[in-house]
Amino acid sequence: MAKLKIDEATVKRIAHLSRLKISAQEAQSLERELNGILAWVEELNAIPTEGVEPLTSAGAAKLEMRADAVTDGGRPSDIMKNAPKSEDHFFLVPKVIE
Amino acid sequence: MSLNELTIAEASEKLRSKEIKATELTEACLAAIEAGNKALNAFIVVTADKAMEAAKESDKRFGAKSKAGIRALEGIPLGIKDLYCTKGVRTTACSHILHNFEPTYESTVTQNLWDAGAVMLGKLNMDEFAMGSSNETSYFGPCISPWRAGNSTEKLVPGGSSGGSAAAVAAGLCLGATASDTGGSIRQPAAFTGTVGIKPTYGRCSRWGMVAFASSLDQAGPIARSIKDAALLLQAMASHDLKDSTSAGVPVPDLEKALGQPVKGLKVGIPKEYRVDGMAAEIDALWQKGIEIFRQAGAKIVDVSLPHTKAALPAYYIVAPAEASSNLARYDGVRYGLRVNGKDITGMYEATRAEGFGAEVKRRILIGTYVLSAGYYDAYYLKAQKVRSLIKRDFDQAFEKVDVILTPATPTPAFALGSQGGADPVAMYLNDIFTVTVNMAGLPGLSVPGGRSAEGLPLGLQIIGKPFDEGLVLRAGQVIEDAVGRMPIPAPWWREGDAAQTKRAGSVKTPAKKPAAKSEPAAASKAAAKKPASKTKPGKKLNGAS
Repeated sequence: MAKLKIDEATVKRIAHLSRLKISAQEAQSLERELNGILAWVEELNAIPTEGVEPLTSAGAAKLEMRADAVTDGGRPSDIMKNAPKSEDHFFLVPKVIE
Repeated sequence: MSLNELTIAEASEKLRSKEIKATELTEACLAAIEAGNKALNAFIVVTADKAMEAAKESDKRFGAKSKAGIRALEGIPLGIKDLYCTKGVRTTACSHILHNFEPTYESTVTQNLWDAGAVMLGKLNMDEFAMGSSNETSYFGPCISPWRAGNSTEKLVPGGSSGGSAAAVAAGLCLGATASDTGGSIRQPAAFTGTVGIKPTYGRCSRWGMVAFASSLDQAGPIARSIKDAALLLQAMASHDLKDSTSAGVPVPDLEKALGQPVKGLKVGIPKEYRVDGMAAEIDALWQKGIEIFRQAGAKIVDVSLPHTKAALPAYYIVAPAEASSNLARYDGVRYGLRVNGKDITGMYEATRAEGFGAEVKRRILIGTYVLSAGYYDAYYLKAQKVRSLIKRDFDQAFEKVDVILTPATPTPAFALGSQGGADPVAMYLNDIFTVTVNMAGLPGLSVPGGRSAEGLPLGLQIIGKPFDEGLVLRAGQVIEDAVGRMPIPAPWWREGDAAQTKRAGSVKTPAKKPAAKSEPAAASKAAAKKPASKTKPGKKLNGAS
C-alpha cells in the first residue's frame, strides 16, 4: 500500500462521504491526526498474509435459521416517539424532490 | 460497613436471612450516590423512584410464605452503562446526538437482570459511543476515579469506556454494574479501579438493545467487586436470544459452581510477546507475582507464543472504525436524536452529525469511511481481517497446550485526567494493547486485581480463556483473588459532608432527581453543549494541574 497519505482534499472528501460538516481548521487537524493513525497501522504491511482467509466475525460461522414469521410490529407510535419531526406517523425531512 | 459496600453475595445472604431489607439496601446506594456523585460524575441519570419501587417488590417476595418467588439477584441494586437501552429511561451512549433519546424497549441483557430481580439505580457515564480509554470523551463530562495516587489530590481517570461502571462499583455507589467491551472497555477500567470485570465470549450475551459501536467485537459483561459477584451477574446477563443473530446457542453453565472446582494441574500459558517495550517494571513484577500465585496453587506454568500480538491493535483500529462508520450512519437527524437544520437534506445530515458527534467519534468515522472507500478497501480493511485470522490462529494453537492464559491487563496504572491522547490519539489507543487481542479472537477475558503500584493504585491481571469457558476463566481469577484479597473501597474523599452518614441511618428521602437533573440541562441547552465537547481535548487545559 506504499504511502497513502491523506491530504486536505481527501479529508474533505471522506468527511462528505461520512456526512460530517467540518471547518477548515478541523480539516487541518484531522489531516494530521488521520495521517498519524494511518502511518501507525502501516505496520500491518510487514505481516505476510498470502493465502490467509479474512476473518469477518468471531462468532459462529453459520447463522441460525428461524421460521419466516412475523414476530413484531404494529406499533408506529413507539417508532415515531423519538423522531425530531413527524406528522401522522411519517418522518418529516427537508424537501428532497423538486 | 454500610450496606452499599457489601458484595452482591454478602447482600444476597443478608436479604435471604431477613437481616436487611431490599429497600434499605437500595436506600443506602441512593444515599451514597447523592453524597458522592457530584465529585465522581459516575451516574448521569438516577432513577430513584423506579429503584425504590423495584426494591419494594423484592421485599414483598422476601416476605412471602413461599420462597419460590425469590429470584437470583432479588433486591440487588445495580448501575447500568448508558449504552444499554432502558425503556422510558433516557439512553444516550453519552453522545450529544442521542441527548434526548428515550427507548420504547428494553435491552435483552438488562431485561434479563430485571427478570432476575435486580434493581436499577440509574445510568452510568462512559466514553461517547464507547470510544475511549479514559471516560473523557463523554458528552456529560469526565467521570473521576475514586482512587488517588498516594497523598495526591490529582484527579485520575477511571479508565474507559466503562469508566462510570468501574468508578461507581469501586466507590460503592452500587453493588455491581453492566459494562461493555469492544477493545478492552470492561477490563481496562476494572484494572484501573481495582474491580473485577469480565468480557465473555463473543455471542455469550445478546447485543440486542445495546447501542452499537463495532458489531463483530462488542460484547456485554459485568463489573463487580469480587469474582463471585462477577459470576453471579454474568450468569443472569447471558442468554441465547433470537433477536441477535450472533447470540450463541451454547448453554450457560453454572458459573458459581465452577468457582469451587480444583485448580491443581491447571495449565496456565504465559505469552512472551506480552513483554512489550517500555512496559513499566511494576507491571512486569505484577505479572511475575501472578505466575507465582498459580504455581503455588498447583497450576502448571507453560510458555506459549502469540506471534501476532503486536499487530492486533493496528488491525483493530481498522476493523473497529470501519464497523463504527457503518453503524453510526444511522444517526441522521430523521428518526431519533439531535437534528440541526441545513440548506437541504444533505446539509441537515452534515450539520446534525457535525454538532452531535464529539472529536474522537468523528475521527473514527472518518478513518472507517476511508479504509472502506473504493481503492483502499483491500489495502486496509481486507488486510486487517486477514491479520485478525492470524491472531485467532495464534490463540487456537496456544490453547492446544494450555487451559488459560495469564497476562497483565494494562501497560500502566490509572493516569491523570487530561494527561493522555490530547495531541496524539494513538497514545490513548495503546491502553488497549493487552486487551484488544481477545476481542479480535472473540475469546473470554477477565481482569482481576493483582496488586498495587508504588503509589498504591490498583493493578489488574488478565485471564484469557477458550471460547465459552467463562467458568474456568472465573475459577482462575478466583485463585488470584484468594491470594491477594479483594481490593478495598478507597478512603471516601468524594463524599460530601456527612450526608451519607445521616442517610444511611434510616429515614431516606429519595434523592431522586438531583444528580440526574444536573446532567439534563447540559443535554438540553445548546450553549452548555459547547462545554462538555471541549473536554474531549483536555490536554492543554488540564495538564497544568499535574
